[in-house]
Amino acid sequence: METLKLKYSLKDGDFSNAGNASSNIKKNLKMLGINAAVIKKMVVSIYEAEVNMIAHANGGVIEVFIDEEKIKAILADVGPGIPDIDQAMKKGYTTASEEVRQMGFGAGMGLPNIKKNSDDLKIESVVGEGTTLTITSYYKS
Amino acid sequence: MRTIQNLLEPLQAKLHSGCTDAAIPEYAFGSDLMSDVLTLEEEAPMLITGLANTQSIRTAEMADIEVVLIARGKEVTEAMIDLAKENDIILISSPFSLYKICGILFQNGLKPLY
Repeated sequence: METLKLKYSLKDGDFSNAGNASSNIKKNLKMLGINAAVIKKMVVSIYEAEVNMIAHANGGVIEVFIDEEKIKAILADVGPGIPDIDQAMKKGYTTASEEVRQMGFGAGMGLPNIKKNSDDLKIESVVGEGTTLTITSYYKS
Repeated sequence: MRTIQNLLEPLQAKLHSGCTDAAIPEYAFGSDLMSDVLTLEEEAPMLITGLANTQSIRTAEMADIEVVLIARGKEVTEAMIDLAKENDIILISSPFSLYKICGILFQNGLKPLY
């Protein structure tokens, strides 16, 4: 199977559309006939990251690459960056605004949940420049 | 088979989207925190929540949840209903508190996840 590529641009603070990209990605993965449990773990990770990008990071770009053995999502923002990634990975650590909490998020559970649901998670962040998450699921393994 | 229809009367609930002939899920989970819902690994439960916005429906979509029950008589918006219909999610609302709803569902045989 050829690599399928999906690409989405997110606007900063566009809470009403948070989840649109994840929803479209889920529909594409279902059409490809990928196992439902694999899809759930992947889209939960991408959705958590999508909410983060809209809530904290001035929006950004989500790219998803699907080939015959893996799904790889690259989520790149131009936000403030994460000064201490180890701290951000701790359950309960949060810098969320009241607006984010009103959406049902912002409890410091996002990044740990992304890690739990992915086979591989890479976080690259430069303060003042932005953060890129690379989430991979090896669905044929 | 007991269906969603059997729950509408005890919950004084209103159906906004979906079909009442669907089977009642085996499990239920109550939370206003969507991050918590997204950590669930077990079989998809019915979601009971006081969070009346599109993110509760989006979260249900991502977590393969088929029934969402909005508590405390919160307004169910057109955007929520449209999103539920688009994703074949049964959306109902009840004037009762989350606590009371959980009690009624427990009496009706829905199990907790933990």
